[in-house]
Amino acid sequence: MMILNNKELDLEINYFDKKNETLDREYLEKLQLTKLVKTVDQALKIEFYKKRLNGIGIKSGRDIKSFEDFKKIPFTSKDELRSSYPKGFLSVDMDDVIRLHTSSGTTGVPTVIYHTRNDIENWAFLTARCMMAAGATKKDIFQNMTGYGLFTGGLGMHYGAEKIGMTVIPAGSGNTKRQIQMMKDFKTTVVHATPSYMLHIYDIIVEEGINLSELSLKRAFLGAEPYGEQTRKKLEDLLKIDVYNSYGLSEMNGPGVSFECIYKNGMHTWEDFFILEIIDPVTGKVLEDGKQGEIVFTTLDREATPILRYRTKDLTHVYKGRCECGRVHRRISRITGRTDDMLIINGANVFPSQIEEVIMKYPEVGTNYQIFLTNKGALDKLTVKVEIYSKMFKGEISELDSLKKRIADHIKSAIIVNPTVELHEPGSLPVSEGKAKRVIDERSKL
Amino acid sequence: MIWNEKIETMNLEDLKEVQSKRLKSMLDYIYNNSTFYKNKFDKEGINIEDIKSIDDITKLPFTTKEDMRDNYPFGIFSNKSKLAEIHVSSGTTGNPTLVGYTKDDIGLWSDVMARTLGCAGAKPGDVIQIAYGYGLFTGGLGFHYGALEMGLTIIPCSAGMTKRQLKIMEDFKPRILACTPSYAMYMSEDAKDMGMDPRKSSWEIGIFGAEPWSESMRTQIENTWNILATDVYGLSEIIGPGVAQECTNKEGLHVFSDVFYPEIINPTTGQPVKEGEDGELVFTTFTKKAIPVLRYRTRDIVSMTNKQCKCGRTSPRISKIKGRTDDMIVVRGINVFPSQIEHVLVNIEGTTPHYQLVVDRSSKNLDTLEIHVEVEQKIFSDEIKKLTQFENKIQDEIESMLGVSVKVKLLEPRSIERSIGKAVRVIDKRNI
Amino acid sequence: MKMTQLSIFLENRKGRLYDVCSLLGKNNINILALTIAETEDFGVLRTVVNKPEEAMKALKENGFAANLTDVVIVEVEHKPGGLAKILKILNDGNINIEYMHAFVKQHTDNAYMTFRFDNPDEALKVLKKNGIKIITNDDIK
Repeated sequence: MMILNNKELDLEINYFDKKNETLDREYLEKLQLTKLVKTVDQALKIEFYKKRLNGIGIKSGRDIKSFEDFKKIPFTSKDELRSSYPKGFLSVDMDDVIRLHTSSGTTGVPTVIYHTRNDIENWAFLTARCMMAAGATKKDIFQNMTGYGLFTGGLGMHYGAEKIGMTVIPAGSGNTKRQIQMMKDFKTTVVHATPSYMLHIYDIIVEEGINLSELSLKRAFLGAEPYGEQTRKKLEDLLKIDVYNSYGLSEMNGPGVSFECIYKNGMHTWEDFFILEIIDPVTGKVLEDGKQGEIVFTTLDREATPILRYRTKDLTHVYKGRCECGRVHRRISRITGRTDDMLIINGANVFPSQIEEVIMKYPEVGTNYQIFLTNKGALDKLTVKVEIYSKMFKGEISELDSLKKRIADHIKSAIIVNPTVELHEPGSLPVSEGKAKRVIDERSKL
Repeated sequence: MIWNEKIETMNLEDLKEVQSKRLKSMLDYIYNNSTFYKNKFDKEGINIEDIKSIDDITKLPFTTKEDMRDNYPFGIFSNKSKLAEIHVSSGTTGNPTLVGYTKDDIGLWSDVMARTLGCAGAKPGDVIQIAYGYGLFTGGLGFHYGALEMGLTIIPCSAGMTKRQLKIMEDFKPRILACTPSYAMYMSEDAKDMGMDPRKSSWEIGIFGAEPWSESMRTQIENTWNILATDVYGLSEIIGPGVAQECTNKEGLHVFSDVFYPEIINPTTGQPVKEGEDGELVFTTFTKKAIPVLRYRTRDIVSMTNKQCKCGRTSPRISKIKGRTDDMIVVRGINVFPSQIEHVLVNIEGTTPHYQLVVDRSSKNLDTLEIHVEVEQKIFSDEIKKLTQFENKIQDEIESMLGVSVKVKLLEPRSIERSIGKAVRVIDKRNI
Repeated sequence: MKMTQLSIFLENRKGRLYDVCSLLGKNNINILALTIAETEDFGVLRTVVNKPEEAMKALKENGFAANLTDVVIVEVEHKPGGLAKILKILNDGNINIEYMHAFVKQHTDNAYMTFRFDNPDEALKVLKKNGIKIITNDDIK
């Protein structure tokens, strides 16, 4: 059964690219195979893939004649992507690259995705499709409340909104009072944010005594962290808006991979640009629709950094059947978990190992530490507890304060999230015997 | 390279003709599309038909920052329904200044930014590391659009997270660095900490701006990074970065005067000063659609020359910024007005209107802004925790308004020296 | 002569001060002066004891982060204006005080004050020149 707000019943279905969004299934699969030939040819220009594909007898894209052939290609892992950083996964001349984005890896080594002009164009095209599927039009004023720069959330949606012809306010994240002021002043109708930030915005609206009638908000696109149906309901009721889910990952551009349409019943994944597979994370076996497993993606149109069968480590399932909106592209459910220990803190992906790596660089603190997560209002609060190392303790408060600050800045530089660093007495945190509990997550589920 | 050769090297007579023609069409445009200018012209009895050439521009009224603020958000706009992008910049009080662009304006911005990059020595195919802030601040996206226009490879780093910036520089070998001059110096400290030799950096050209800096700082940056350090000028009321840029001769900043017409005036009388004399820089935007401005007073003090430059560009050149006509300060590229701080403080119970902004540059070349605030007796507690919380509250509010991090220091009543005339609000200890 | 002060890192947690004091007591160490500097999430206990080296050893063995710092202890006349007199001397000598605290035990009719200076040698010179009595280990045995 689809979930609908009453006011939405008379909404019309908009397409940014009707032809390609409503293809029939058979044709779509043919299209995928055609594009796959090109993708594999492109991938063969990368040393890593050349070795791997030649090893299983694939010398050219034309050797992939069916999905059965495709499924013989081994998976690509995040570690493999990182292993040949920085230029290992670049398959075009650097002169043809117009942009690159890096994202933090599980340790110090980042992953990098290169984009040609066509890649950027396609990415904008996909985010435009997404937002239009969720009802945005060129009449909308779009306040983009996610980080700009290397983080893909900002620029990704920015280009799509521009493509639709919306008025874009590149607000970036944070600075909540100013965000609300701009919503009032510029009559913002659509926002893009993380769900926790949207809840925080609501808290501040209440705190500042702002009447909802002063705002013109109609829609929110929320993604980058997991949240439940009850949070959507809550935000929709509180703010009198419609909330749509978004899913993406930087290895697959960023936002613009999967997005809900106005029926809010699963996220359409643009299968003419990505091959979507769900696998059993243990056996690697491809699962049928409806079964829970790990998402695996293959890029279909990317020139600069093609990636074959990438294991996302995100868990979900594919919905059976076609959506009432008429789109052929299959829908995935919300992300229900991870196959690794990655944390999502205020929309940023964080691995405990990244924090550990920073802590180990400071002789003033011991090797025991704890990562403590709580909610402060709607926002996540990250506290990193470390122990003072007796031999390095000088007795001056100012030194301790500066130590706290240096560690906090360093962690921020590594993971983009601002932590509070807490100093503890030696031996007061759990000792790392075997698997110490390093992460204490006391956040209430969204 | 000279990006727009035809316009940038046009002989002065032809340029003047272009300017005259564009001024006339601009006046026609604003009179018919901006209520603000229509009212202003009608009130002051200005007939746009009387303006025959660019020389008549002095007969027209100025536009000020107050005009922008008083008509916030949409008052000065010509046609808001066609806005493609909205930015804001700091206003003198609570209200920010709105910066809006139509699709054509973004095109204009891309063009002048490509000219800027070319002027600094960039060429298609170069890799650029953009370390100006992205988002509402115009620095990041301005450079982004220009680099895209020219066909560079963009690394959209945005500002901050220095260790990552340096790692990216090592890994991707960008030829061009765009950031504030103080951040360029700041990064050198971290580079040394990481065991890098800054002189071996891949950067060959730096495009530094968004804050005033001196020739001695230029020498320091050039020697530290082994880089050609050029100065870029811009302000969001005109377009953002992309108003003027030094060529590789580094003898003044070329103003893109076919689109942004510069004048230098005596800030008191409003009359033009002689060529080469210091005065307030005033700009008219000929072709901008969303917020065209006529004779906008920048409050920046510069001098200007019309002598032709060796590089072949014919446009006039302005000096580095020599001062301000108001008390605005620039901290890490962000414009700060003391009145903004005051606006925050009056809304916080327990503070007094006695405050001071102390700006300094740390040994690591990072600008620091300390806000000293006298607080009422009743705020003092014997628990440090409570005082810290109060400090943090003020700090959060100020940071939220300014978008730059500050340190708040609570002072006892009557500890800021009282002056008889105008209160001293800013103590700038930086040696710029 | 410079004297030794113990600084002990303490979390803001119930019972921690008791833990330190009872440990010192068990080891027969007497606290002569103490103060606590608090911040939002931790504190530093600063204390002058009769046997600092032994105290340090006991604390380390029990896992506390502790350190010894140089301080200057000065005899102050126990009457109105007594402390002000010392402070004037320091002020005139351009000496900066980082912090100070008082002794809990009275050894003579006068009071003892513990000072931490950023430049203790210079402070000692100024104080001595002005005839101020500097406390040594012998005075507090």
